[in-house]
Amino acid sequence: MSSMPFKTPEPDSSRGQASIGKAVKINGQIYSKEDLYVDGDVEGTIELQEHRLTIGPNGKVHSSVKAREVVVLGNIQGNVDASDKLEIRKDARLVGDIKTARIIIEDGAYFKGSIDIVKPEPAKAGGSASSQPRPPQQATPVAPANAQGAAVAAEMKR
Amino acid sequence: MLRRPGATLSPGPAIIVPGNHSSATKLFDKELVTSRPSRGLEQFFAFLRDQVGLSVLDLAGASQQNINFITNLGHRLYSEDFVRTLDDVFGDADPGDQANQGRIDQFLRQTLNFENEQFDGVLVWDVLQYMTPALLAATLERLRTIVRPHAYLLAYFHADEKAQQVPFYSFRIKDSQNLMLAQRGTRKPAQIFNNRSLEKLFQKFESVKFFLTKEQLREVIVRR
Repeated sequence: MSSMPFKTPEPDSSRGQASIGKAVKINGQIYSKEDLYVDGDVEGTIELQEHRLTIGPNGKVHSSVKAREVVVLGNIQGNVDASDKLEIRKDARLVGDIKTARIIIEDGAYFKGSIDIVKPEPAKAGGSASSQPRPPQQATPVAPANAQGAAVAAEMKR
Repeated sequence: MLRRPGATLSPGPAIIVPGNHSSATKLFDKELVTSRPSRGLEQFFAFLRDQVGLSVLDLAGASQQNINFITNLGHRLYSEDFVRTLDDVFGDADPGDQANQGRIDQFLRQTLNFENEQFDGVLVWDVLQYMTPALLAATLERLRTIVRPHAYLLAYFHADEKAQQVPFYSFRIKDSQNLMLAQRGTRKPAQIFNNRSLEKLFQKFESVKFFLTKEQLREVIVRR
């Protein structure tokens, strides 16, 4: 068990990460083609196939979540499919079933549900690229506000 | 220097508190950690070790070590923080509320709402000793229905019948034969059991086996 403190990820607009602020509430489906930081309320589904989803300390997510990597500092109620890694930090809360290749859970985190560890299949010789996890994409240019790269089929409520 | 056989102190953040450990108070950000062989754990995992794809329920809440160990064996782990939910539903002040049927039903809905015969093993740890008779009976009956025939449950009960407060442990699996116990203060048990009362408690199960440890804990391996 590591004793080194984890670095708290903050939204970093210079890396082209989209973010949903704590005053924002979204009801619907979110698809993102870049990293996403959620510090508000989301009800519905969140899907970032090859990117990282971070639920900030104020984030409350009532939805199923699918991403390459998921970091939870806030609250998720719903199933989580993190193809590469899931981190549940100290004061976070996750209620739902988890499917991931790796899980890191800090002491003090609350988790209720099932855990299925699913390792990616080893690449076959001369096999297709789809059998290997794709490397993270290059950072996209700085985007204004919260909408860059994220198609939000939803109504936004303040 | 005297050293209890089989008991070691883990290096690093372990703190040795002199005096009567049964009255130790919570050490913020520090834990009393001991590591020792566990016959109960060994028997529990003997059944699971040679198979994959089984379902194990852990009632002590999620911990990195237990998750790693059980999932590395190829099993699915279900996590439930029993004591936390017990405190949420009943409060930690008045155990009399634990006889309230409505609250018992609410507690079981929140904690053990699973299909019948879903689990191949349950790590109960020490949670049952914090339940008064009505709640305990209902919980055991529910546990009995959600485990498969011949599945094992591993439970711990403090053996000191005079104790007003008992050490409150976090149980971490080191390997299939060794357990780490991190003491996180003390807690008042609702009941203290001896061998006879434990046999009676689990009378609806196929078999019960006891091992007494140096920490005055009874390890109880129960077969459904």
